[in-house]
Amino acid sequence: MQYNWHWRVLVEAEPGGTGTYLQYLIVGLGWTLVTALAAWVIALSVGAIVGTLRTTPLKWAVRLGNLYVEIFRNVPLIVQMFLWFFVVPELLPEAIGDWIKQMPPPWSSYLPAVMCLGIFTSVRVAEQVRAGINSLPRGQRMAGTAMGLTEAQTYRFVILPQAFRIILPPLTSEFMNIIKNSSVALTIGLLELTGRARAMQEFSFRVFEAFTAATVIYLITNLLVVLMMRALEKKVRVPGLIAVGGAPMAGH
Amino acid sequence: MGFDFDVIQRSWGYLFREGMTFTLTLTALAMVGGIVFGTLLAMMRLANNRIVSGFAGAYVNFMRSIPLVLVIFWFFFLVPYIGAWVVRSPEPIKVGAFYSALITFTMFEAAYYCEIMRAGIQSIPRGQVWSGYALGLTYGQTMAQVVLPQAFRNMLPVLLTQTIILFQDTSLVYVISATDFLGAAAKVANRDYRLVEMYTFAAVVYFVISYGLSMLVKRLQDRIAIVR
Repeated sequence: MQYNWHWRVLVEAEPGGTGTYLQYLIVGLGWTLVTALAAWVIALSVGAIVGTLRTTPLKWAVRLGNLYVEIFRNVPLIVQMFLWFFVVPELLPEAIGDWIKQMPPPWSSYLPAVMCLGIFTSVRVAEQVRAGINSLPRGQRMAGTAMGLTEAQTYRFVILPQAFRIILPPLTSEFMNIIKNSSVALTIGLLELTGRARAMQEFSFRVFEAFTAATVIYLITNLLVVLMMRALEKKVRVPGLIAVGGAPMAGH
Repeated sequence: MGFDFDVIQRSWGYLFREGMTFTLTLTALAMVGGIVFGTLLAMMRLANNRIVSGFAGAYVNFMRSIPLVLVIFWFFFLVPYIGAWVVRSPEPIKVGAFYSALITFTMFEAAYYCEIMRAGIQSIPRGQVWSGYALGLTYGQTMAQVVLPQAFRNMLPVLLTQTIILFQDTSLVYVISATDFLGAAAKVANRDYRLVEMYTFAAVVYFVISYGLSMLVKRLQDRIAIVR
């Protein structure tokens, strides 16, 4: 069984007329990153709020946070993607729903994809934030109270600044997850990197060249993210703490 | 617009007898295959031989840095070629979506199970290994009878949590048009133009199963924690 490689396909023109296949894939990487970054903003802000609320003494806030986490953790990502794309526009008031559905091509799938990935990842960020806050010694909170800080001030000046620095490494892997997970958006028609590799395979019939190129691009992206985050981690590490290697968590 | 519950009732048999059976069979087999293969990888990663541990490490890191959807595509197209190579056929052989998905998930999840098992093995005190050798057990016997049983037990909750994630991830076989639970729901949704109802229903079913299983894992975790 022999497969005839034909690497030159990468510099051949793609049928859409935007340039070579390689350029076509690189633009796909651009969409992957733009999707991942926008979703990351949502994930971080919502995740930080929900995670923090779950550590407060407010019973209703803890319950609400738990409910939020359980709902979005127990539904598969692709199903959530379909909910955001097919179901949510129908449930919104008609004018807004129609406006979303009638957006020009990449945006009508980009917006649901960003919302979906952002909310999906915010749950995991919330878990990390909660774990980070709970890993701080009790004394930190007590010291805050003893100094006359209010609950909110204790969080703002004592707890959160430490917690965020501690959880940076697990957040790095969540960011890499969001890059990988953005590939699920191809199911709602967003032509990101994996979607474009798939399209290239259909146009050119060069199956393994297309997927190898996409794989290599993902590996390089991952490597760059890891290197950047390592540098950042070194910078914000809390002096005196052993580098945290938390218990292994199930996940992707 | 009204919510049409009838479509769910009409397609009940197709959704569960065909779709859910596919999903659950795939989950169970990929879990077993993934844990077996993952444990082997973990032992390789912890081996003293640089080449062996390097290979296992590279495999795990590679699988963990590319998206599952891409891996599904890879194997969907690659498995027919590998099959042809194995049976020395000149043409790529036909492999159904199920076997393609099974191989994909076994190979992919093995990388994740490997990391869990590695942590499990590393959590066993070294003295356990030494006492195994002191009793005259070989490496294989020490692993099989002393280290791995304890590692499994310590890691059981995490292994099961990973399996719940695997169960959710099997829905991604949608991209190769397999008829798993989501695939079946999508086919009914498009046939009857009942997207809102079918996808909401699919979400509810996945939620109930995943949440139920995670509650069971939590109880198991509490029980193990009390015993130790």
